[in-house]
Amino acid sequence: MNLDKKIATRQSYGEELAKLGEENKDIVVLDADLTTATKTGIFAKKFPDRFINVGIAEQNLMGITAGLSTFGKIPYASTFAVFAAGRAYEQIRNSVAYPKLNVKICATHAGITVGEDGATHQMIEDLSLMRTLPNMTVISTSDDIQTKWAVREISKIDGPVYLRLCRMATPVIYSGIDSFEIGKGVQIGDGTDASIIATGVTVSEALKAQEILKENDINVRIIDMHTIKPIDRDLIVKCAKETKRIITVEDHSIIGGLGSAVCEVLSEDYPTKVERMGIPDCFGRSGKAEELMVYYKIDSKAIVNKVMEKH
Amino acid sequence: MKITNVEALKKIAIDVRKDIIEAVYSAKSGHPGGALSCADILTVLYFNQMNIDENKPNDPNRDRLVLSKGHSAPALYSVLAEKGYFDKELLKTFRKIGSDLQGHPDMKKVLGVDMTTGSLGQGLSAAVGMAIASKIDSAGCRVYCIVGDGEIEEGQIWEALTAASKNKLDNLCVILDNNNLQIDGEIEKVGGMNNLTEKFISFGFNVITVDGHNLDNLIDAFTSAKQTKGKPTIIIAKTVKGKGVSFMENQAGWHGKAPNEEEYNRAIEELNSFIVKN
Repeated sequence: MNLDKKIATRQSYGEELAKLGEENKDIVVLDADLTTATKTGIFAKKFPDRFINVGIAEQNLMGITAGLSTFGKIPYASTFAVFAAGRAYEQIRNSVAYPKLNVKICATHAGITVGEDGATHQMIEDLSLMRTLPNMTVISTSDDIQTKWAVREISKIDGPVYLRLCRMATPVIYSGIDSFEIGKGVQIGDGTDASIIATGVTVSEALKAQEILKENDINVRIIDMHTIKPIDRDLIVKCAKETKRIITVEDHSIIGGLGSAVCEVLSEDYPTKVERMGIPDCFGRSGKAEELMVYYKIDSKAIVNKVMEKH
Repeated sequence: MKITNVEALKKIAIDVRKDIIEAVYSAKSGHPGGALSCADILTVLYFNQMNIDENKPNDPNRDRLVLSKGHSAPALYSVLAEKGYFDKELLKTFRKIGSDLQGHPDMKKVLGVDMTTGSLGQGLSAAVGMAIASKIDSAGCRVYCIVGDGEIEEGQIWEALTAASKNKLDNLCVILDNNNLQIDGEIEKVGGMNNLTEKFISFGFNVITVDGHNLDNLIDAFTSAKQTKGKPTIIIAKTVKGKGVSFMENQAGWHGKAPNEEEYNRAIEELNSFIVKN
């Protein structure tokens, strides 16, 4: 697998959304003064009549999307994850999720990989907050190809979706012939020494770790868990049955996100020890994205070390 | 069918008030004060102003109403029941387990409810979204949104007002149920919101102030709003919390309290005598 070509999932989102806008005239895009960063500006330039910039007012952003959707529009609302899932949480809860409105919240700049902006802008609780909401589908894509698929696929779901996107450029993992399904994780490799369940930016790190481990005769499988809710219970249980260890890794707090979701499934269906890698119970800090992944031990080397320490 | 006879509208408004008391009494909980203060506004909208048909509740081109002050749900339910959206008997199930008439309006459970509301400050943003959608589609729908004067202490309201003005939403008409009371007392003392007319003008709105219980004045205000182009309208409706039931009038204590049996009987009696008098 060649992981040299890199593109940020927010870029893939912006490009595909502009294409989708040509085909689906119901799509309306909203942003809160971050069109350059979230890449909704590409759509805005092409379809100014179906683009609304609400300014720095995320609560209003979510409410307006709710109103638009009651008229049959399919609003895609973007801002940074901390302002979407965080600041406007209750608007999403009461005006979008509870009435099960057809709103797509596409939040960029999730996780500590936001980098230099530091803790105030590093959203590491969004998967936790969003997956606890009834009616909400939660997706966290790992690369360009998968993100472009997700941008289209979520328009077909009749209900609210939270799509988690990232700032940093990450390797292109898939090719155009790969296919995905909401609620179905992607298994890469069939090693039985461990299952590394990753999501978003940590998937390519896990894949790099898989290669390094292979050189040491340790065979792990990688699960790209792009759908956090509904989570792929069958695949998680299958991995627990077929592999010696279950390790989760995410650019998110270890509380409430992917690791917790995996624990919930296994504790109910097939009790198994789970090792969670992610941001421990603390806020992030400034630094380069790559440095922070090392600092918080969610990079390929940390994954290798985690597997090796008990092997 | 629109009712243009004001005397007939007044009778409906009394029935709506009786329905409100009935619903809150049956539930043994709810918010009679603010429901009674916006009863006349809702009656005029649903029976005289809005382009709606109870037989086509999902008509995409209908006018919309967002009751942003969702705790006044019994007023909305009562008007919808009087209009024929559902059986009036259902009002007695308000707030009870198994009923679709939730404590706050749920658009997915009740035909005729255009937006789920209840958490204060959120409905106006949804109304703005609706008005924008109607503009995109050139659908010609008007969107009405009733907000409380306590509710506008929420910052999101001012975000939404800004957006309404920026987008020149002349198809949006906001109605402020200005009864001067919130749970903890007088609006000016609790939240400190004041100079409303100046505030709304500075936010780019066409501002009309009316007696919110004078049906003629309300009809004139709504008509004037329809004729105003290029900017949204807000009608500051001067109202009385608990209007129509003497012992509930202007009492913050009746914000979220159900009447007991004796109070219920007195309230219904008063409202009935009002019908006889008129």
